Amino acid sequence: MPKRSDIKSILVIGSGPIVIGQACEFDYSGTQAVKALKEEGYRVVLVNSNPATIMTDPNLADRTYIEPITCDYVAGVIERERPDALLPTIGGQTALNVTIELEEAGVLDKFNVELIGASVEAIKTAEDRQRFKVVASKVGLESARSRICTTMEHAREAIKEIGYPFIIRPSRTLGGAGGGVVEREEDVEDKVNWGFECSPNHELLVEESLIGWKEMELEVMRDTKDNAVIICGIENIDPMGLHTGDSITVAPIQTLTDKEYQRLRDSSLRLMKEIGVDTGGSNVQFAIDPETGRQIVIEMNPRVSRSSALASKATGFPIAKIAAKLAVGYTLDELPNDITRETPASFEPSIDYVVVKIPRFTFEKFEGADTTLGTQMKSVGEAMAIGRTFTEALQKACRSLETDRTGLLGGKETKQSLEELCESISRLNPDRMYQIARCLELGMSVEDLHERTHYDLWFLREMEKVVRLESNLAGTELGAITRATLLEAKKMGSSDLRLGELLGGELLGNADENSVRAKRHELGIVPAFKVVDTCAAEFASSTPYMYSTYEETSDAEPSKKKKIIILGGGPNRIGQGLEFDYCCVHAAYSLNDAGFETIMVNCNPETVSTDYDTSDRLYFEPLTLEDVLEIVRREDPSGVIVQYGGQTPLRLAQSLKAAGVPIIGTSPDSIDLTEDRKLFSALVDKIGLKQSESGTATNEAEAVEVASRIGFPLMVRPSFVLGGRAMAIIHTTEELRGYIKESVEVSFDRPVLLDRFLSNAIEVDVDAVCDGNEVIVAGVVEHIERAGIHSGDSSFMLPSQTLSEEVIAEIQDAARSLAMECKVRGLMNVQFAVHKDGVFVIEVNPRASRSVPFVSKVTGVAWAKVAARVMTGETLEEIHALGLYGDILKFRDYPAASGQIPYVAIKESVFPFVKFQGVDTVLGPEMRSTGEVMGIDRDAAGAFIRAQVATGMELPTSGAIFFSLRDEDKDSALALAKKMAELGFEIVATRGTAAFLAENGLESRVINKVREGSPHIVDELLAGKIDIVVNTPEGTGPFLDSRTIRSTSTQLSLPLFTTIAAASSAVEGIAQVIENRAKEDQAKENRPLEVCSIQEYLSLI
Amino acid sequence: MSKSSEKTESPAILALADGTIFHGRAIGAKGEASGEVVFNTSMSGYQEILTDPSYAFQLLTFTYPHIGNVGINDEDMESDSIKAAGLIVREFSDHYSNYRARCSLQEYLVEQNVVGISGLDTRALVLHLRENGSQMGIISSEDVTAEELVARAKALPSMEGMDLVREVTTKESYDWKQGVWDPVTGYEELTDADLDARQLIVALDFGVKYNILRLLTDSGFRVRVVPASTSAEEILAMNPAGVFLSNGPGDPSVVTYGIETVQALLGKVPMFGICLGHQILGHALGASTYKLKFGHRGGNHPVRNEISKSVEITVQNHGFATDASTLPEGVTLTHLNLNDNTVEGLEVEKMGVFSVQYHPESSPGPNDAQYLFEEFRKRVDSWAPAAREMN
Repeated sequence: MPKRSDIKSILVIGSGPIVIGQACEFDYSGTQAVKALKEEGYRVVLVNSNPATIMTDPNLADRTYIEPITCDYVAGVIERERPDALLPTIGGQTALNVTIELEEAGVLDKFNVELIGASVEAIKTAEDRQRFKVVASKVGLESARSRICTTMEHAREAIKEIGYPFIIRPSRTLGGAGGGVVEREEDVEDKVNWGFECSPNHELLVEESLIGWKEMELEVMRDTKDNAVIICGIENIDPMGLHTGDSITVAPIQTLTDKEYQRLRDSSLRLMKEIGVDTGGSNVQFAIDPETGRQIVIEMNPRVSRSSALASKATGFPIAKIAAKLAVGYTLDELPNDITRETPASFEPSIDYVVVKIPRFTFEKFEGADTTLGTQMKSVGEAMAIGRTFTEALQKACRSLETDRTGLLGGKETKQSLEELCESISRLNPDRMYQIARCLELGMSVEDLHERTHYDLWFLREMEKVVRLESNLAGTELGAITRATLLEAKKMGSSDLRLGELLGGELLGNADENSVRAKRHELGIVPAFKVVDTCAAEFASSTPYMYSTYEETSDAEPSKKKKIIILGGGPNRIGQGLEFDYCCVHAAYSLNDAGFETIMVNCNPETVSTDYDTSDRLYFEPLTLEDVLEIVRREDPSGVIVQYGGQTPLRLAQSLKAAGVPIIGTSPDSIDLTEDRKLFSALVDKIGLKQSESGTATNEAEAVEVASRIGFPLMVRPSFVLGGRAMAIIHTTEELRGYIKESVEVSFDRPVLLDRFLSNAIEVDVDAVCDGNEVIVAGVVEHIERAGIHSGDSSFMLPSQTLSEEVIAEIQDAARSLAMECKVRGLMNVQFAVHKDGVFVIEVNPRASRSVPFVSKVTGVAWAKVAARVMTGETLEEIHALGLYGDILKFRDYPAASGQIPYVAIKESVFPFVKFQGVDTVLGPEMRSTGEVMGIDRDAAGAFIRAQVATGMELPTSGAIFFSLRDEDKDSALALAKKMAELGFEIVATRGTAAFLAENGLESRVINKVREGSPHIVDELLAGKIDIVVNTPEGTGPFLDSRTIRSTSTQLSLPLFTTIAAASSAVEGIAQVIENRAKEDQAKENRPLEVCSIQEYLSLI
Repeated sequence: MSKSSEKTESPAILALADGTIFHGRAIGAKGEASGEVVFNTSMSGYQEILTDPSYAFQLLTFTYPHIGNVGINDEDMESDSIKAAGLIVREFSDHYSNYRARCSLQEYLVEQNVVGISGLDTRALVLHLRENGSQMGIISSEDVTAEELVARAKALPSMEGMDLVREVTTKESYDWKQGVWDPVTGYEELTDADLDARQLIVALDFGVKYNILRLLTDSGFRVRVVPASTSAEEILAMNPAGVFLSNGPGDPSVVTYGIETVQALLGKVPMFGICLGHQILGHALGASTYKLKFGHRGGNHPVRNEISKSVEITVQNHGFATDASTLPEGVTLTHLNLNDNTVEGLEVEKMGVFSVQYHPESSPGPNDAQYLFEEFRKRVDSWAPAAREMN
């Protein structure tokens, strides 16, 4: 059937901010879907609150609403745009949930919007565990024995029937939040209650435990004519019991016979049909008893997912793109296979390589978090690697993670004894596979490990191969190694870096990476590059999507064109994610405009940058020196961009330069200059700018000495970090000593940086582009929280609302001098602190920053595209003249240009605290947010409200507000407490705060601190008597009381503010809502919320 | 079951008739094997594929690198032994893990005296075959030079004009009594009492796969397998309700005895052909066949049912194809390969005969097309009354 002509416009809902369980894979799928629908001539309306996405670029959809993804706001968009159809299946769980709400609220009926891709009925059947079970059994599939429970009493009955261990699965949660395994009776109370809390409809499932079973996933596509295909089978190396997002997985399936696999395939197809997913992609998960082959269906997602993104990257089959086309009526046989172009999309990819995905965790960011893994997802990103063998793919994936691992073994030496390791592997934890490998190295048998971990013996024996090979190599002299031996190691995926650790060098000690590489090249051992072609070479392919392997021949020979390599950002982690991928994608787009062949290198399967459509050539490879150098050697590019992928490529910059790689843009030496405190201080002094007094220390004694010179409070951090790893504000010498001893490794090479902490300063982020002669400031972004909160975590706004034009002009001038002095070519980010004593430079980063996408969206100029062209030698004037990327020169006079922006945008951060029980939620210099949203409106208060709602936080307009304040905040909190009282809120406070308020003429209700006994504040929180919490904690120590308040508030999803600045913005927002309501008459109140697209906003400047 | 075995490291060579040489490690039995070098893109089911008689005289390359992971079990057999002449893989798994496994692939290869080679760049080999076409080759783990092997590979006769059916067909007729596989109870074994009342299907064995026979049995038939040389008279004397034309190896045009038999049966009894059986039926109806450049072998080929317009993901294994332009009038093209538009199925309704080029019995591969056995059942059921009417 050809595409439908009865629908003209389609609403697409994105997935909102990056959170654990829902990351940039939905930007990848959303971007594909929007492009695919546009290509077919439909008018596409998009709603997504996440400004860092490619899909919200103003030139992608026809209308882009950067508005909260809630029923109210989306209803507003529907009323305004009147789309004929809604595609709910590409924006993750968020889009499905809001679609169901829209349907239940009657919005879809009222405006006659047809759901395409999946019906509400199908979504509900797949989501509702009981209905799903019924449908599954109808088509002959077994489910795990389970019972749905809505009360503790139900749960106890169910447990009697099912027995221990059992699994808790709360309904309708993201990434399995609130789920877990219960092994003992004494844990029942806590874990079941927590499960109920997490479920929006207070419902959970008690289920038979399948721990130790094999876990498999199939990605299915189906069209309106009931043609269905399996795109990819994925096997979890980690057996059942671990959330699939946290599992190490491999594609294709390795340990099933065809008969077993075909049963899974048949089951998936029957299920998809019965559930009623008429078109598009779904993911079906199975558990298989390794002893008997018994198959149990776990769940099905009637939408594209993290797994479908992985399957797309693993096979070359663009699931989201095809799903969008099927949704508008095409059938699979009518669509071409993008990669071969000759054969149709109605086929099942055959792959002739192995793909391994390993999740990336960031527990180091969450002190006190339980690192035990389970059915609730805790990883923040993932790396994927491709090899011709399992061990090669596995080891490439290990080094792609950038966790200092050089392979399955190596990098991080564990000093644990075998006994301790046995203890460790009995617990699901992020390092389990490496611990297992180490057990093998220490001589434990694969059978024993299989007993303990339920890892399939096939995987364990493959891991053992690596262990044996490396053990045999250890101590061999590099000079004496034979070609055959080295080649065997390379074929098994061992990195040069790892081999350097194992092999003896010329002098005493080990060889290093460079000498191993030299030896390898001397022996003529270089990787071949093979193509991912969906068909195992059966047909010619026209899309150069490549991976390296140690074999004889390469596919897709490089061209002779002028080309630029863009190094991507690797796996998502806190501090480095979507924003950097956005910049890399923009570089590919604009360099393509400039006539270059663009080559992307990245290993993150969730991203738009690793879509084979984004650049001319894609290398799915680890971002290590070895792997990048081999690509450079093969391609011989005219330039390599290291500025856009965050810290990942920057860490390689000097080594690449030393190896003769033509790095374009700001030179690695300039990058180093800005990282070197002493040199940088001298530079800032030289151009006459202010900076807070600072010093560097390479040991504890030095640190104490520097502290005595500068005075407290101090901001301390290690050099060369992104996302504020191990940053802290220190108030005493004692604390400083503790920090140096416990928090960081300090050495001569890695000094620690100490700065005077500027209390109560307004922090400002500036993004600018410099072409060598001219610097244009793109945005002066004002932070809402005061300095001291990591810039990635604080909320900020554009244009600035409180800085005077003179201050902004001063900032502009300072940024310009810094860019010129640092010889920046391309993007630069500077952080300033506007203090009562003047404008201070905090730091300069001559690279793309996290705020670039936000600034680009708000100013209507694609700054990352502009800067990429600057790096190739074009001037800002020349690029402006092309007229492709917005009105660049308008920002020559930034204060005037920003003054003309008649709206305000606010970025708010989103945190994963709900996944890490017991972690303190107070913000500090260490970045911990996973994602961001943007609120945009005519004024700051409105923008703030939208931003809050977009994070999932509804600000109440009545009720009780609780204050617990540290002394220094009490004065500034007084005004806002009074304001809240005026607005009709009940003021509740702890004894000390209440006394202070009373002294200043504000009555409040006193509530006990936890240690003062019941009824105390946590009781009140749990009883639902408090609606907003303002808690600014004292110092940095773990004050149990306030910590419990914060974690309880987080678990209850109450608005919680740990800084007065953020609380003030909230109060202003609340005041505005109340005021607006008062203005509007009754009739108007039922009117949908006012919404406005980014295209319309941009037309105002 | 799971086991690991120590690796034996001795070199092996694959030499192609065009002079291309690949070096690798010897696997399986020591020795030499020659045949047509072909590739299969299935990612699972190596046991079924190796025991499929259609691979007789072929050196089989798997495009998926890891082969041997799940060992060998007693159930996944498509004939009584390995039929492929030799095995070519990228990464031979010397250990295995699967609850049904009884031994390793290595042990089975040795037991069956089959020679193989591992550790070569199979993607390079596949690209070479794709560009230059299938050709003859030799795998050797003996002490010979590559040049000598190339010379001998050159001297090997082409598959074209080769009657391999004689080599794989059964010597004696026999009755088939096994039904389809169940994950809990295994294969259903039927007794004479179960089968006596059923209608008889005579299966002409050109190299039949067991799963076809199992599915015919599962469709409610009694199945007798007869040698390929059985005449039409002999078949009709058995008074069958239908005749099945099986898959098999080699060039259909030289299986003249089979073509003649089928010609003599046309209009007398409903027939269903698969793969070589389809090509033989085509010849019997007057169409001709030609050799494909590198054949279709895998489990992911899209075929459109031209009647219902729905797409099936099919299992394929053929080096020859029926020429669409030679299909006589009255023959309906029922199935089309969407990758290269080759003939995948035909039918002459009034004669009650139909056939498909692909393998609806799967094993290994997707089960999308198993409805064809039910179709055969319907044809058989409607034939007897229709035939009576005609008479």
